[in-house]
Amino acid sequence: MTDVSTELSSFREAIAKWITDNCPESLRKRPIDEDSIVWGGRNWTFKHEEQRLWMESAVAKGMTAPRWPTAYGGAGLSRAEEKIFREEMARLKAPSPLESFGLWMLGPALLAFGTEEQKLHFLPQITSGKIRWCQGYSEPGAGSDLASVQTRAEDMGDHWLVNGSKIWTSYADKADWIFALVRTDRDAPKHLGISFMLIDMTSPGVTTKPIRLISGKSPFCETFFDNVKVPKSYGENIPSHVGEINRGWDVAKHLLTHEREMISGGAQGLLGGRSTGEFLGNLDADTLADPVIRSQAMELEVDTLAFCMTLDRYKDQAQSGCGVGNASAMLKYYGTEINKRRYELLMSAAGSEGTEWDSPHGSLAAEWLRTKANSIEGGTSEVMLDIIAKRVLELPSK
Amino acid sequence: MTSLLETEDETLLRDSARGFLSEASPVSALRANRDQGRAFDPGLWREMAQMGWTGVLVPEDQGGADMGHRAAGILAEEMGTVLAASPFISTAVIAATALRGSGNGALEKIASGEAIYAIAVDEGAKHAPLKTALKAEKSGNGYRLSGMKTFVADGASADRVLVLARTAGAAGEADGLTLFDIDADRAGLQRDATGTVDSRDHARFTFDGLEATGEDVVGELDNGLATLRHGLQAGQAALAAELTGLSGGAYAMTLSYLKERQQFGRTIGSFQALQHRAAHLWSEIEVTASAVINAGRMLDEAPDQATLAVSVAKARATATAKLAVMEGVQMHGGIGMTDEFDMGFFMKRARVGAEWLGDYGYHAAQVAAARGF
Repeated sequence: MTDVSTELSSFREAIAKWITDNCPESLRKRPIDEDSIVWGGRNWTFKHEEQRLWMESAVAKGMTAPRWPTAYGGAGLSRAEEKIFREEMARLKAPSPLESFGLWMLGPALLAFGTEEQKLHFLPQITSGKIRWCQGYSEPGAGSDLASVQTRAEDMGDHWLVNGSKIWTSYADKADWIFALVRTDRDAPKHLGISFMLIDMTSPGVTTKPIRLISGKSPFCETFFDNVKVPKSYGENIPSHVGEINRGWDVAKHLLTHEREMISGGAQGLLGGRSTGEFLGNLDADTLADPVIRSQAMELEVDTLAFCMTLDRYKDQAQSGCGVGNASAMLKYYGTEINKRRYELLMSAAGSEGTEWDSPHGSLAAEWLRTKANSIEGGTSEVMLDIIAKRVLELPSK
Repeated sequence: MTSLLETEDETLLRDSARGFLSEASPVSALRANRDQGRAFDPGLWREMAQMGWTGVLVPEDQGGADMGHRAAGILAEEMGTVLAASPFISTAVIAATALRGSGNGALEKIASGEAIYAIAVDEGAKHAPLKTALKAEKSGNGYRLSGMKTFVADGASADRVLVLARTAGAAGEADGLTLFDIDADRAGLQRDATGTVDSRDHARFTFDGLEATGEDVVGELDNGLATLRHGLQAGQAALAAELTGLSGGAYAMTLSYLKERQQFGRTIGSFQALQHRAAHLWSEIEVTASAVINAGRMLDEAPDQATLAVSVAKARATATAKLAVMEGVQMHGGIGMTDEFDMGFFMKRARVGAEWLGDYGYHAAQVAAARGF
């Protein structure tokens, strides 16, 4: 026990030194908001030189994917080490060097379901920020009922012919590749005819159209596939699908679990980023004296802290090999509802200032509007409650 | 800090506690106690002592098992699940923690089950140790205690009383409070049982010039809150655990009813309106359980920094228990309102537990203060 904790505390020292040495100080003074995220990809332009330097240092050390094996561009850290890395990043106010759907979603799916050659081919492009991925799941007719996707891939011998459309594809207009759920068997039961396909967005026939949201921003697109030829393989033992043909739903379910944990993990930012206490502490005394705002803030803080402990507990459980399974639906449900409550409170505390697009509180209004999607994307709160009721509580359907 | 997952030892403790309590103290035992007009079963308390539960926080060299606060929480949780009534939290948790290090033989008596302690702190309808006005005036070599205490849990059955009294300063001040450990039958103390909704022992104490000596003082004179604080926090964490067990017990009854009850030709648990409410309740219990485990871990590993963890746990447990019993009655429908059915016992204990040792507002304010607003 002592040996392990000594090892970890020297790791903490070393990683803190590495962050201080490599993350330019100017970056660490900048507020972290949506515009400061580095997404990478073929068309990426860094906002400033410091961003490029920081990302490149992190890529060289594998720290864009701390827990992935070094062979795939990761740093091969243990869970305990990764936790320390995140804590030190937060303490030193270092922004994440790279974020992407490749790191969050495709990577975990490939690690679990990909061939060795697929991992060696695709994962380093993700960790190095060279290729930016987007996720093609929802369709106009397949929202909560995701397994009814209609976009189809016809077997043409040496290639697939893809036709259909996807919606709510985050940043599809900026992405290089898409991982998409496509129907490869129209006769099979709906869950058993879906494949998980990797498609180059520059293929002829792929077009995207951004959707303007209530926040004024357009993070989501419609993506159209019009007779798109997708090769069956991108090299020896590198098929263009992940897992087995017609078994893409297994991959998608695995990925959705990750997505739920990620979205609910947003609430943990409270303790680092825009915390309720810090935000309220910076307001004038009159606002904080308002009994309703104060009592809502106290309740929110109690729930948030308890939820963060729950995230820790579930992460430990996942790490211990017991798995979290359908209980991740609870994390998604609870975390997103807390996040919405938090932004309602912050807006109310900010008063009329909060209604300005460009206010003394930065882009608070746009952030507030954005949170409304939290309980819709990645499975609505109602779908999460259905999953808990049926799979965890085992309540009957009839 | 140790992970929030349950260790093997903790699982063993939980399983053995559950096995014992389901036999020795099912909810029907509480009903029997109530019908016989007694607050708890002394036989059950003796068995708890034999199993080492009364010594859960007593050092081994003083006859205890010294298993720590998380272990005490597991026992309290299992007691909450079946509403097992006993002076466990007053005696084995609060008094054992506050008296640790006093070295006057008190801990041995707690561990052996010989001494039942009551904790006399509050004087009004809300938990507020600082508002203590009960006076301990210097008289010769000793003190004379005059004033009143209310909502003293296990007060009527106690052998001994830990009483917080003012030796200096004015009500509202933290300094000037002193903790006394006195015999419950000492002249000058009148104890009146107050019939509370949970059918357990609560009393109002009137001190009328009760004589105490310097030997009755626990810890430092005028600094009694420092002595009592860890005890109160330990009690708050254990009570939060009890309320979480209570929530789980009420939830389990409700869930099985949802799976059995037929109406409109269907099992009512198939209705989405009820499924979503049950799923929400389960989520709240899961989140509260984390806070309760965390509070136990903090008290075991960093007791001087445990205030935030304990208050998050007590606030959460209070709110969750309220939801669990309200949903419990509502989803059972009419039968939930009958005395014949057990759900009412859960509701009444949850209300008492909500108030004891600090209500939601008290603990939420502690959280806000610790979080800087």
